[in-house]
Amino acid sequence: METVKLIIDGREVAAPKGATVLEAARLVGIDIPTLCYHPELDVRANCRVCLVEVEGSRTLQASCALPVSEGMKVHTNTPMAREARKMAVELLLANHPQDCLNCVRNQNCELQRLAERMGIRENRFTLKDRAKYVKDTSTPSIVRDPAKCVLCRRCVAVCEKVQGVGVLFPINRGIETMVVPACGKDLAEVACTLCGQCIHVCPVGAIYERDDTGRVWEALADPGKHVVVQTAPAIRVSIGEEMGLPPGSVSTGQLVAALRRLGFDRVFDTDFTADLTIMEEGNELLTRLGKGGPLPLITSCSPGWIKFIEHYYPDLLPHLSTCKSPQQMFGSLVKTYYAEKTGIDPKDIFSVSIMPCTAKKFEAQREEMRASGYQDVDVALTTRELARMIREAGINFKDLEAEKYDDPFGITTGAGLIFGATGGVAEAALRTVYELVTGKELPKIDFHEVRGLEGIKEATVDLNGTKVKVAVAHGLGNARKVLDRVKAGTAAYQFIEIMACPGGCIGGGGQPIPTDLERRMARIKAIYEADAGMPLRKSHENPAVKTLYQEYLGAPLGEKSHHLLHTHYVARGKYPKKG
Amino acid sequence: MAFYRSHVLVCGGTPCLLGGCRGVKDALVAEIERQGLTDEIKVVETGCLGPCDRGPVLVVYPEGITYVRVKVEDVPAIVAEHLLKGRVVERLVYRDEAGERLVSYAQSTYYGPQKRVVLRNCGVIDPESIEEYIARDGYAALAKALTAMTPAAVVEEIKASGLRGRGGAAFPTGLKWSFTAKAQADQKYIVCNADEGEPGTFKDRLILEGDPHSVLEGMIIAGYAVGATRGFIYIRGEYRQSIARMAKAIARAREMGLLGRNILGTGFSFEVEIREGAGAYICGDETALIESIEGNRGEPRVKPPFPGVHGLWGRPTVVNNVETLANVAPIIDHGAAWFRSMGTENSPGTKVFTMTGDINNEGLIEVEMGIPLRQIIYEIGGGIPGGRGFKMAQTGGTSGGCLPTSFLDLPMDYDTLAQHGAALGSGALLVMDDTHCIVDIIKCFQKFFAHESCGRCTPCREGTVRLYEMIGEISEGRGTREHLRVLEELGRVMTVAPLCGLGQTAAVPLLSCLKHFREEIETHVLEGRCPTGVCKMGKAPVVA
Amino acid sequence: MGVVEAKEIAAIVDRHGREASKLLPILQETQRRYGYLPEEAMQQIADALSLPVAKVFGVATFYSLFAVAPKGQHIIRVCENAPCHLRGAEEVFAALREELGIQPGETTADGLFTLEQTSCLGVCGVAPVMMVDEVVYGNLTPTRVREIIANYRRAAVGE
Ligand SMILES: Cc1cc2nc3c(=O)[nH]c(=O)nc-3n(C[C@H](O)[C@H](O)[C@H](O)COP(=O)(O)O)c2cc1C
Ligand code: FES
Repeated sequence: METVKLIIDGREVAAPKGATVLEAARLVGIDIPTLCYHPELDVRANCRVCLVEVEGSRTLQASCALPVSEGMKVHTNTPMAREARKMAVELLLANHPQDCLNCVRNQNCELQRLAERMGIRENRFTLKDRAKYVKDTSTPSIVRDPAKCVLCRRCVAVCEKVQGVGVLFPINRGIETMVVPACGKDLAEVACTLCGQCIHVCPVGAIYERDDTGRVWEALADPGKHVVVQTAPAIRVSIGEEMGLPPGSVSTGQLVAALRRLGFDRVFDTDFTADLTIMEEGNELLTRLGKGGPLPLITSCSPGWIKFIEHYYPDLLPHLSTCKSPQQMFGSLVKTYYAEKTGIDPKDIFSVSIMPCTAKKFEAQREEMRASGYQDVDVALTTRELARMIREAGINFKDLEAEKYDDPFGITTGAGLIFGATGGVAEAALRTVYELVTGKELPKIDFHEVRGLEGIKEATVDLNGTKVKVAVAHGLGNARKVLDRVKAGTAAYQFIEIMACPGGCIGGGGQPIPTDLERRMARIKAIYEADAGMPLRKSHENPAVKTLYQEYLGAPLGEKSHHLLHTHYVARGKYPKKG
Repeated sequence: MAFYRSHVLVCGGTPCLLGGCRGVKDALVAEIERQGLTDEIKVVETGCLGPCDRGPVLVVYPEGITYVRVKVEDVPAIVAEHLLKGRVVERLVYRDEAGERLVSYAQSTYYGPQKRVVLRNCGVIDPESIEEYIARDGYAALAKALTAMTPAAVVEEIKASGLRGRGGAAFPTGLKWSFTAKAQADQKYIVCNADEGEPGTFKDRLILEGDPHSVLEGMIIAGYAVGATRGFIYIRGEYRQSIARMAKAIARAREMGLLGRNILGTGFSFEVEIREGAGAYICGDETALIESIEGNRGEPRVKPPFPGVHGLWGRPTVVNNVETLANVAPIIDHGAAWFRSMGTENSPGTKVFTMTGDINNEGLIEVEMGIPLRQIIYEIGGGIPGGRGFKMAQTGGTSGGCLPTSFLDLPMDYDTLAQHGAALGSGALLVMDDTHCIVDIIKCFQKFFAHESCGRCTPCREGTVRLYEMIGEISEGRGTREHLRVLEELGRVMTVAPLCGLGQTAAVPLLSCLKHFREEIETHVLEGRCPTGVCKMGKAPVVA
Repeated sequence: MGVVEAKEIAAIVDRHGREASKLLPILQETQRRYGYLPEEAMQQIADALSLPVAKVFGVATFYSLFAVAPKGQHIIRVCENAPCHLRGAEEVFAALREELGIQPGETTADGLFTLEQTSCLGVCGVAPVMMVDEVVYGNLTPTRVREIIANYRRAAVGE
């Protein structure tokens, strides 16, 4: 790689050509403060917290946006640079609610950290009254608190550029500038997918998940309620980060133990219904291949993705698998099969899910999701909310003895587990479909082509002479590209896996903050390692799933499955009507 | 062209239009017809004649008599007396401060010191007539450039002339062109910045209204020089008349084969499109303007990369001010040496100024660079009304520094003013007499910046509002020493921290006033008193 | 609502072309047609140019000449910058507020006038100035603005 030599604070630095001064400084251990800058986003030069002096330039320069050049002389630590950076933060603070103690991001806030780091000890400006900014609690998933917004615009970038959604945008100008959903409406009134990626990039508490822990605490305290919980595949590889463990830790056993300590009556694993999904969806694929359509079949596990296609590509809805997501399959089985089996009245069952996802909260309360006659999943909590409960209960997570999931929904396979990473559903489906069709054992169980963080991945499998072309996309911006190919007829895919969030569920909008490239990679690695260590790695080999079909469902795609495990979709359009 | 005994020029600049010059012109034409003089006397609507505060303005040639504040009722007298009998209508004649009747450009204190290069045709020709422009050597420079000069030679000539950008930043135009000329790209653009929004500046408007072809010709030559085939003229939306005149000019130039495909049969093609602004001062910044043309919020871009290599749609783009472009054809016509014979070594040529505020002759003038401020104000500007005392002059518009009496003898050129913490900028010249309050005027400046900040970067978005807020508190008698300390610190940060020129200049007038008029500001803070009585000092002062 | 004819918007868009860079000209023409930018119109424009409507709205609200909600029949923009300020813009503005009985940003109850403050209009030679719709008035005094308002009121009654 071509390098450029420059001098930062008197030290010679060789930085790659095209790097910024900020990056070059970090190479030599100089940590210039930043706020609007985000390594994965094209947001630059807005906050002015990263200003440095460059010889030959009258004004200070935003190091996050300044490309290195040969012989450049940079000073990061001069009185002028420090004064300007501190002033930028001071100005932001004076126009920010002073309620850090009550804030969801208390102690995990970039503005707070900057204020501390710069030693700001007084307010020299009249505090601005931000009462005119109203909190938006219109959706079941995401709360927006524009009073806290520092106008860094990262959410705008992630929504438009990464997710291809573009419902958040700055409006007005000058001090009246705000970042709001389209046309100044509430989030519920615009075509937001509720993926929650904006939460991850928000440096402060201006966007966050709706907190539903209160309802769960209440149910747990209610002796008349039988409270069951399911944990999504991606939780076990991320919850540790909230509990002080390094990224990439697999803490399945501690997770189960902690949930028991919190008082859940049964602790189940969503991996079980992930296996079930493969049975249903695999058969759906085979049926569609047989009937000739509609193909490609597209996965339906990711509720942010579902909402996306309902808003933006309603004409492609017939391509979606009719399978409910694993969360919702679980929900309907708990209040039917499990209720019958245990003799508990479903109205007394309180069903909680721990999800990496904000859109799951929306999905849980969709009106289609009441197969049991009740709301199938009562509350979907994010990883972060669960972590809050564990901390509040004073549970020392790290030192817990590992425990096992409860039967019958605790028996799972590696195939269900890898649902948590992009490509996992496709791989799990291939593992099963191949064997169902060919009747032969897979020569190689790992499909490396569909793993990893490449935006769009492809693989082809030969099913007894029929070539099945598979595509995997994660992040809705990539989904858009794939769908446009499908629409244009330029993609000969038979099966497409789409996950709303970059990296799949391990990068979901409900995951620990921060969720960045490094952490996504660590979580993915952990998932595949855990899969490799599982005794069973193919969904169709899950004995509990087999029992479920024998005892209750009959066959995949059967009458009962149809009722409990499948759903339909709503064409919402880009401009949803209120409500 | 038919021969006329006399020409009557009716100023059609916007200020005169407001004064009702259209009615006057119609009455004049009717009256001339009634008197049977239609074949002898030609009535022409022209661009701004200068003394805008006294419109409608008429000039009768060849005598060069200027009539001001003409009403429809006055028309019969002018025709009967002057045009028929040759007797000047004294009561309407324009007089300078000394009471001298203005009889010819060269003799008056108003026009005498002026040198009209950019305004060569303004007020002389009918701006809607391409024929009249051509009759005064219009498009000769274009023909010369296209047929007798290589693009590189054109760039060199502009470089040699020392022409510097007239939009405010004073960047050498030839050098700017050379960057774009050198850049490799499938498409390059010329953008004419006619978003004139600097308070007190209206030169571009009057150039566009008075001589649109001179700007167009400059653009086409620039296109040829750097290898651009498309141009945009971004005119602020409020300038309806400029937009209409420029649209007409483009249409006529195209009809005459001076614009469009294969210009003058030379194989060079150039297309121009008008884009209207939509109300945002910040779009005067070249990168914000580019964003706006692309259909975005007019928020400035980070520089580098500069527009010269990475501009409109990422392509090399020359952005030049209206006045800069209007200088191009004369330079090509008469050569760099001629241009350098005017003005100063580092600021050659002339500059158009717009004089506003407490000055007798509000309006537009063009003088050689380097003329002392005092001469502009007291000679050309006719001094301060009512003989009141001079307090300060602000050059370069609201984003320029405020100069006290001790600066009156400074030569007006880029470098001298810059050395003294002021800027020539766009050529706006605001004069304030001693009945006005310095705190009150700063408040007015700060309100402007707070209103026009784009909101992208923190120091500008938040800082402009804080400056306004704090100076407001001082004007209400609530200022403290801490106010002064914070104002100074914030002001200092604002000059270096914001992303673009708007934020970087938002504290310039304040800081210059803190330097030159400190006592008056401190009186507000420490004594709770406004020396001029302008500020309504509400509450008792809090002395910290 | 239903004030917006899809055909009309399509015609406007087609006149300018379906590139994102035509957004401002399209919004300008739409506003000339409707007096403001109705939400439906912005949606149709967004679709035609393949832009998120959030962006169209964000662009529209950036520029002070665009309105995203209906305004008075006449929009009065009073310049408040230094050249006009020194020439008595404040008294003129006070006279307008009093005559109209509204504050900047508001519309009179009869829907006739919206009052706004604006930055320099570039006609400082005749300061203080204001713009009513597309017409500029200069050399204003409190008496003059009252006359001007009266003229508009008379014209409105005469209609
Ligand atoms: C806030 C701001 C406003 C500006 N307004 C104008 C303007 O109205 N007209 C103009 O020509 N240049 C304006 N400029 C300067 C332009 O950015 C740019 O330097 C100029 O158009 C280049 O042309 P020139 O080299 O011919 O002067 C402005 C700059 C800033 C930062
Ligand atoms: S981090 Fe560089 S300007 Fe915000």
